[in-house]
Amino acid sequence: MGMTMTQKILAAHAGLDSVAAGQLIEAGLDVVMANDITGPMALPILAEMADKVFDKDKVVFVPDHFTPNKDIKSAENSKAIREFAKAQGLTNYFEQGKSGVEHAILPESGIVVAGQCIIGADSHTCTYGALGAFSTGVGTTDIAAGMATGQAWFKVPSAIKFVLTGKPGPYVSGKDVIIHIIGKIGVDGALYKSMEFVGDGIANLTMDDRFTMANMAIEAGAKNGIFMVDDQTLTYMKEHSTKEYTVYEADEDAQYDEVIEVNLAEVRPTVAFPHLPGNAKTIDEVEAMEPIKIDQVVIGSCTNGRMSDLRRAAAILKGQTVHSDVRVMVVPATQKIYKQCIAEGLVDIFIDAGCAFNTPSCGPCMGGHMGVMAAGEKCVSTTNRNFVGRMGHVDSLIYLASPEVAAASAIAGYIANPEKVGDRS
Amino acid sequence: MKAIGHVFKYGDNVDTDVIIPARYLNSFDAQELASHAMVDIDPEFASKVQQGDLIVANKNFGCGSSREHAPLCLKTAGVSCIIAETFARIFYRNAINIGLPIIECPEAAQNIEAGDEVEVDFDSGKIYNRTKGTEFQGQAFPEFMQKIIKAEGLVNYINNK
Ligand code: SF4
Repeated sequence: MGMTMTQKILAAHAGLDSVAAGQLIEAGLDVVMANDITGPMALPILAEMADKVFDKDKVVFVPDHFTPNKDIKSAENSKAIREFAKAQGLTNYFEQGKSGVEHAILPESGIVVAGQCIIGADSHTCTYGALGAFSTGVGTTDIAAGMATGQAWFKVPSAIKFVLTGKPGPYVSGKDVIIHIIGKIGVDGALYKSMEFVGDGIANLTMDDRFTMANMAIEAGAKNGIFMVDDQTLTYMKEHSTKEYTVYEADEDAQYDEVIEVNLAEVRPTVAFPHLPGNAKTIDEVEAMEPIKIDQVVIGSCTNGRMSDLRRAAAILKGQTVHSDVRVMVVPATQKIYKQCIAEGLVDIFIDAGCAFNTPSCGPCMGGHMGVMAAGEKCVSTTNRNFVGRMGHVDSLIYLASPEVAAASAIAGYIANPEKVGDRS
Repeated sequence: MKAIGHVFKYGDNVDTDVIIPARYLNSFDAQELASHAMVDIDPEFASKVQQGDLIVANKNFGCGSSREHAPLCLKTAGVSCIIAETFARIFYRNAINIGLPIIECPEAAQNIEAGDEVEVDFDSGKIYNRTKGTEFQGQAFPEFMQKIIKAEGLVNYINNK
C-alpha cells in the first residue's frame, strides 16, 4: 500500500521499507530541540539516562519564552540550559543577542531541512513541516529520551490531504488560509493525523506563508503539518543551509482519511474569535457586527514574526497613527529579522506610527512578559492561540489575525478590514 | 491495578493553558505546579481534589502546548486517572511517559457526572460508575505503551533496555 509524505519519512528513519497508519515505531532523530521552559525540566530526566547527549550537533537549545529573563526563576532556568550547553559543547545554543523565537531561528539558521525527522519540546515544532520535514512537538520526558538516545517512539499517523489551488487575494496570507482551514475542520479536526499540503496553489504561497500554516497544524490537533517541496523550498534551503536534504513525495496510491480542496482565491481575511483558533469569522462577517473595540495589538511570534509579516504590517502602518486607545507591540522573531527591519526602514515606520518595537522573544504570545493583559482587555494578535488566559488575565480576550488585519485594527481601534483602512473611523 | 475516586467533570477542549497557565511555568517544582492546577477553569480544584480522584472530560482534553507540567501537576495533585472522549496527542504521550493512566471512552465520558464515584481497572480497561451502577469498556493500551506504563515511565523503560 502507498505511503503519505509523512509515512515515507518515518519509514526511512525507522529503517523500514514501509509503515502503515497505527503502527508503533522507533525512529532516529535528526534534530532534538528544547527551550527555556522545557529544557531545564528535561535535564534531570536526561541525567537519569545518559551523561552525554547522543550528538552535540543535533541537540539544540533556544531560550526564548521568558527571555530576556523576566525574573529570578526564569534566569535560573536559562542559566541551567546555558551551562549544560557549554558543558556538552553543543553546536547550537542560541544566546540572547543571537537568538529569537525557536521556530523562526531553526529554519533561518539552516538547522532544519527537507526529509528530516525532528522533535522539539514545544508544540509548534510542527512549523518545520513547511520545508518538507516530519517535525512534531513532544513533552519533556520524550525530549530527554531523544537527547539521550537519538530516538523517539511514534504511532504512525494517517493523514488528511489538502489540495490547494488558486492564488490568494492581495490582503490574504498564510494566516488567513490556516484559520480558514481550522474553522472548517475544527480544533480536533486532524487529531493524531498529518495535514499534508499539496497542489499547484502552493506556488502562490511564500515560504513565510507556509511556515505560518505548518505552525498552526497543532491548532487542528494534528501530529504534523507538511508541505510538498517545490522550487521555492529548494531555493530557501540553498540560501539558509549547507545540510543534505531528501525530498519525499507521497505515493500515488497513498491512503488519506480525507481529501479537502481549498481554493486560495476564495479565502477572505479571516479572524479567530475567543477562545479557540477554530472560531473563524471572515472579515466580512466581522464588519457586519458591532465594531469590536480593542486595547492591544501584537504583531510577532513564531506564527507571524517573520520578515514578510512585518513588511505586510508596515505597508499598512506607513504614515499612519495608531489609535489612541490601542497599545501596539511589534516583536520581530529573530535578530536577523530585527536588523533587516532597521535596514529597510520598517522600525521607523512602526515607531513613527506609535508602536513599541521589541527585542526578539516569545514575550506576550503566551502571557509570559512584555504585554500581559488586564481583565476585560481585548487584543488582536498575530500569534496562534486565543485560549482563556493565554495572554494574561482569564477575562482578557484574544482575536487571532494576520499581520495586515492586526495593523489595520491598530489604526482603527477596532477589528478592521485591511482592504479599507480608516473606514468607519 | 485500580483507580477509585470521585470525579471532576469538564467539557470539550480543556487546554494546557487552563490546566497550568504559562505564568506559573517559570517553576517545574511538581508540588508548586499542583497547587495551581486547573486554576483558570476551576479555581477550587487544587484545594478540593483528593488523592485518587479522577478527571472525566469530553473531546480533545489537553490540547495546546507541549508542557509536561500539565499531566505532571494533575498527577501530583492526586489525580489517579483521566477518562475522556479523546485526548490531544502531546498530552496523551506526555501522560504515558510520566505514568499517568489515561483512557479514551466516549460512552463513559458522556455518562459520568461530577461527583460520581468511579472505579477503573487498568488491566481490563473496564470503567465502573459506582454511583450510577453503570459499566463501560475503555480502550486498552497497546502492548508497547503497556510496557512503558509497567516500567513506570519512559525513563525506566529506556534504562531497562
Ligand atoms: S512565539 Fe508563542 S507559540 Fe511560538 S514558541 Fe513562543 S510562546 Fe510558543
